[in-house]
Amino acid sequence: MELMPALLFLQSMLAATWRMATPIIYAAVGEVFTERSGVLNIGLEGIMLIGAFAGYSVAYETGNLVLGLLAALVSGLLSGLIFAIFTVSVKANQIVVGAAFNMIGMGLSAFLYRTIYSQSGRVLSLQPFRPLDIPGLSDIPFLGEVLFRHNIMVYGTVVLVVLAAFVLYRTAFGLSLRSVGEHPKAADTTGINVPATRYVGVLIGAVLAALGGASLTLAYSDQFVEGIVTGRGFIALAVVVFGAWSPWGAFWASLLFGSFYALQLRLQAMPEVLIPYQFLQALPYLATLVVLISLTRRARAPRALGVPYP
Amino acid sequence: MEDYLVRMENIYKSFPGGVQANRGITLEVRPGEIHCLLGENGAGKTVLMSILYGLYKPDSGTIYYKGKKLDIHSTKDAIANRIGMVHQHFMLVPTLTVAENVVLGQYPAWKVINDMDKVHERIRAMSDEFGLDVDPAKIVQDLSVGEQQRVEILKALYHGADLLILDEPTAVLTPQESEHLLKFLRDLANRGLTIIFITHKLEEVMQVSDRVTVLRDGKVVGTVNTSDTNPRELARMMVGREVLMELKKAQTEPGKVIFLVRNLRVKDARGLEVVRGVSFEVREREVLGIAGVSGNGQTELALALAGLIEGEFDEMRLDGQLITKRDLQRLHRLGMAHIPEDRQKMGLILPFSVAENFVLKTYRDEPFARRGFLRFDAIRDYTRSQVSKFSIRVGDIEEEIAHLSGGNQQKVVVARELDRQPRFLLVNQPTRGIDIGATEFVRQQILAERDAGAAILLISADLEEIFALSDRILVMFEGRFMGEVPPDPALIEQVGLMMAGKTVQVSD
Repeated sequence: MELMPALLFLQSMLAATWRMATPIIYAAVGEVFTERSGVLNIGLEGIMLIGAFAGYSVAYETGNLVLGLLAALVSGLLSGLIFAIFTVSVKANQIVVGAAFNMIGMGLSAFLYRTIYSQSGRVLSLQPFRPLDIPGLSDIPFLGEVLFRHNIMVYGTVVLVVLAAFVLYRTAFGLSLRSVGEHPKAADTTGINVPATRYVGVLIGAVLAALGGASLTLAYSDQFVEGIVTGRGFIALAVVVFGAWSPWGAFWASLLFGSFYALQLRLQAMPEVLIPYQFLQALPYLATLVVLISLTRRARAPRALGVPYP
Repeated sequence: MEDYLVRMENIYKSFPGGVQANRGITLEVRPGEIHCLLGENGAGKTVLMSILYGLYKPDSGTIYYKGKKLDIHSTKDAIANRIGMVHQHFMLVPTLTVAENVVLGQYPAWKVINDMDKVHERIRAMSDEFGLDVDPAKIVQDLSVGEQQRVEILKALYHGADLLILDEPTAVLTPQESEHLLKFLRDLANRGLTIIFITHKLEEVMQVSDRVTVLRDGKVVGTVNTSDTNPRELARMMVGREVLMELKKAQTEPGKVIFLVRNLRVKDARGLEVVRGVSFEVREREVLGIAGVSGNGQTELALALAGLIEGEFDEMRLDGQLITKRDLQRLHRLGMAHIPEDRQKMGLILPFSVAENFVLKTYRDEPFARRGFLRFDAIRDYTRSQVSKFSIRVGDIEEEIAHLSGGNQQKVVVARELDRQPRFLLVNQPTRGIDIGATEFVRQQILAERDAGAAILLISADLEEIFALSDRILVMFEGRFMGEVPPDPALIEQVGLMMAGKTVQVSD
């Protein structure tokens, strides 16, 4: 009976991998659009926090998860608009603006949460998205648990990646976006509106980051906690590099990092593992460092990444 | 406007910072002609054409096109009016295919691109019709410079250009490619296309154009029929004074070997070997020229010799001393001077003043410093004397060197490097992008240095320069030397073939 526990371990780990990867996939696929347009948004973490809070707050007050998602979307749009105004129109330093967003996201979400929701001292939880078992498929042994018993936000990642790859590689907009990130002047001479294209790239990235944040409060857990994103925004930045700036690359890279999260969770739950949990929690971030240092030479960033135009 | 395709009337354009690029230019181009726009760098040629192509808005002035007043607000308007432009720096996205580059910006954003097969077909058909040899499926960054240029031309023709503007198109080509391009343009003109050809090369004007308009300092000097003029007159119009067309090169007898290297190999930033085992020696009182199309390893060769990047070699000697590792201080002490390819990135520190740039290599030494403190009087005195000795045009020696013209910047680099009376002078592209006056000056300085006994290695993509200055010529192609030739003008043809990678037997 050695095999069964090992299989069960693997099954629960793989299922958790996709769940854990979900917020990162949203943020990373969005950032692919932003960076392909030539803008580097390191403020993902902050925008995710804002989205997480906006989603939680509206869903809690209205009792409607879809309204919560909508609120996250709007918060992402607003964040993205402000980010784009500063980086594209004003041409401020993108790193500085991004860092500011991280601080604002952290401070704003914590401040609002404390003033509105933590007076009572109780955790105010909501009813999150429930798993949707796909009829038939969810009963397949092993695979059913791994692939077909997830909530809508998790399934949504696949739809998102397919759509993202289609838009980026099969539409005129995608072609313009990619050219703007590589050689904005060439794009300009063909009549493409470089700033407008970059605005759209930034907005897509910010909206998806906010939705990724909201998936933490509306699907992964059922409440808001200060700093709930815990570095996933930064991991998403690494994922974009590791995934070679492509939607599918970002998807698979997110799953890789999701597996590190899942692994450390499983290991924490095993009494025979005698490693202090703080070390286990650091695993995904350590893995990020190792992976980034050792494996990222193969891809090249968009040539105009981080460079304002004109 | 009767028989003019384009008439640009009284165009003014200035830039922030006070540069007046165009000061009341009027230009008329007839349908079906090849019209050269001749002028030195900074004369305003490119700016004028960028206005016509919708990249810049003129401060004032009117454009008439096909008999009507034309308002151009963007390149999109230009393309819609069937104006095409091939820029000096290609406007192609390197990571996209040829076909993607051709259709870029032509569709509404929401369009799903599903007709690429048709686009490929049409590009192939046009490529065959015009003999352009362009493969629509190739990724642009895998193409040679010449091929990329043909893609640019095809892009303009694909969009139905009636007027084609080319900005210094031969700067990046081998002589044979240039020849081919000029013939091709004549062909296009015969089919009824109108061509404006920006250049500063006199021979090209004489060879290809019907008429020529000469610009100087943002103004029109004159428009003449090519058949009614000659290179000397054009040069005078361009520069505003008589120009020495030929350098006087004294006969010298080369002395002992000053610099030698055996089997040098250098990798570029991507880790590819771009200098693949070259050996040569340079003697006293000798200029060794290295010819070749840019991008065949010359940049890395120069950087490795100057000790700025690592290279592998069997042996390297400077003035008899063995060089074993990268040690700039030692190279400097042994008498190497380096005039780098890119003065703005390597030769100078642009935000620094003229005076500071003059002492970049010597500021630690007496008399410019004493006990770790700079002595500004000494630095200023020295700079003033050098500025007047080399007649460098500066307002104030404390002003940022970035404000100087390219020619004057280059003079600063040359003055600084030659002041140390080097044993071995490494010169890379010394006259690229500078005006005729400064070019003449820099070339004379190089020859004077040679006559004074220095060993000089001259790397240049400018064949005319190589032939004018060198005592021996090595031709570089894809990191190797294709052979050595004497600087006999009769051999230009062979050198051109060697630059394109052909092995040629040269009989001495």
